[in-house]
Amino acid sequence: MDIRIERIAKTFDRYPALNDISLDIRSGELVALLGPSGSGKTTLLRLIAGLEQPSAGRVWFGAEDASSLTIQERNVGFVFQHYALFKHMTVLDNIGFGLRVRPSGRRPAKAEIRRRAEALLDLVQLSDLGRRFPAQLSGGQRQRVALARALAIEPRVLLLDEPFGALDAKVRKDLRRWLREIHDRTGHTTVFVTHDQEEAMELADRVVVMSNGRIEQVGSADEIYDAPASPFVFSFIGASNALPIRIAGGQALLDGTVLDLPPLAERDGEARLYLRPHDLAVVDAGEGTIIGTVAAVRRTSGHRLVELAIGSAGDRVEVEVPASRAVSAGEQLAVKPLRWRIYRDTNAQALAA
Amino acid sequence: MVAAALSGPFRKPSILPGFGLTLGLTLAWLGTIVLIPLAALVLKSAGLGWEAFGTLVTDPRTISALKLSFGAALVAATINLVFGLLLAWVLVRYRFPGRRLIDAFIDLPFALPTAVAGIALTALYAPNGWIGQFLAPLGIKVAYTPLGVVVALVFVSLPFIVRTVEPVLAEIDREVEEAAASLGANRRQTVFGVVLPTLMPALLTGYALALARAVGEYGSVIFIAGNIPYVSEIAPLLIVIRLEEFNYAGATAVAAVMLAISFVMLLVINLIQAWSRRRFGDGR
Repeated sequence: MDIRIERIAKTFDRYPALNDISLDIRSGELVALLGPSGSGKTTLLRLIAGLEQPSAGRVWFGAEDASSLTIQERNVGFVFQHYALFKHMTVLDNIGFGLRVRPSGRRPAKAEIRRRAEALLDLVQLSDLGRRFPAQLSGGQRQRVALARALAIEPRVLLLDEPFGALDAKVRKDLRRWLREIHDRTGHTTVFVTHDQEEAMELADRVVVMSNGRIEQVGSADEIYDAPASPFVFSFIGASNALPIRIAGGQALLDGTVLDLPPLAERDGEARLYLRPHDLAVVDAGEGTIIGTVAAVRRTSGHRLVELAIGSAGDRVEVEVPASRAVSAGEQLAVKPLRWRIYRDTNAQALAA
Repeated sequence: MVAAALSGPFRKPSILPGFGLTLGLTLAWLGTIVLIPLAALVLKSAGLGWEAFGTLVTDPRTISALKLSFGAALVAATINLVFGLLLAWVLVRYRFPGRRLIDAFIDLPFALPTAVAGIALTALYAPNGWIGQFLAPLGIKVAYTPLGVVVALVFVSLPFIVRTVEPVLAEIDREVEEAAASLGANRRQTVFGVVLPTLMPALLTGYALALARAVGEYGSVIFIAGNIPYVSEIAPLLIVIRLEEFNYAGATAVAAVMLAISFVMLLVINLIQAWSRRRFGDGR
């Protein structure tokens, strides 16, 4: 089932949560909605589910206009961050709930409901825990029950709202891999919301980066990371530095010095140079290099992160240097960008890679 | 946690200090306030001997008074179970002007002297009262009948259910209802299949409290009941009548029976509650 979101807008009490969003999700795809809190990602997911009504626009499930369907009619599997299990029911009863509440014509027989619930319990690898109550399960187990419950209704699409947000790091990682396996086996069109970029990049076929109720970029993990469409995407995904530069005659000037960059096909004006810590190489000081004073050095597992204070304004830039290289605070260090992007201050357009 | 501490050996080391002291204080307090007066009551009626006790208790007037007291209390608590739940639902789920005011009104039956309530209700429901005059032509008599007793008991026991259900209802996660809807459940299935079972322990607590209050109610009932022996005479009133006759043994006998029945009822409700709580995994 492919999902088409057509010019959706949503306002809460005159505060716009989503602005004119359009997005196509292909059948069988695993898509992540990624963004900081308040970016509208959960609102978008709830609109797809029918838990919220859009102020404008439509949601299409295949050729069917889902906007006119109630949540019950949409037949979506929804998994909540805090599981939302029915705590007075056993695990098996929780999973079978969606089948039990069907109108009598479409309701499977009791034995059949039980058989299907048990099959799903096997799928989520909790075969022996069917008689337990949710309070007797760990967080990771509860979320797996919630997923089995959502799958029981044979949903047209599977929607997950920060499904691993309430779990600890180790369980998160395991569940992430496991969700990918389930997805590949069942083939549901799946959309999940996360604020964890690592989770989005690792798990999803395509990542939708959102900010302030708008879509910033849609693309694969490679596209998002290597060709960020806006300064927001650049700085939201991965570590980043930004330096104010001025463009004059196709050259980039940092604090009055010309940087050793290939000629830029861009009109003159203020811009920002975006750099990742590992795309900066330490070089001998020379023409066109960026020279700064070491303000701080931190050791991470594989290397050192050096914080350089650059220029008269003391702009900070983080540089990743090999652990073998000793660096001490106060030292002068010259670096040269290997890869970078330049964005105009005013419009968020990428100029160079 | 308390249950675990009680079932384990008393001297088990615990991160919560003062178990011995607090348990001692609890027992001393409970003994002084509750158990000693009740023990005196049992002792006094035990002085009668089984035969005399039996005669007093199986007296038709006593039996009909007990039936009325417990019957009317059960009916009143059940009525309040339904309407108390509705009130709590409206107060928790909706925002409307005057909500705080209505919320405050709920507690009035607590604060009002019961005699005032009884007199007011009698004036309303008497055949010539504001409400009674419309009911009389329909052949419905409220004041001076067992129905009047029920009306008074509904009034005094209303706050218990509302106040016990309100906080639990407020805590029910919106997401649980959304989950039910996303699984295809309609509103009725969500309320009866998901929300009400979750409220069960709170409803039972409120029901027990309302029942206990209604069984022991005296002040408001005696004004509206008419107090006709065998018809609309409640057990607490019969106790007072026996006392005024200086028939202390008779009074304690009725009281002892009331006590026993009340204790059994509350115990049963508590057991059901413990069972339903265990199902939720709260009291593991």
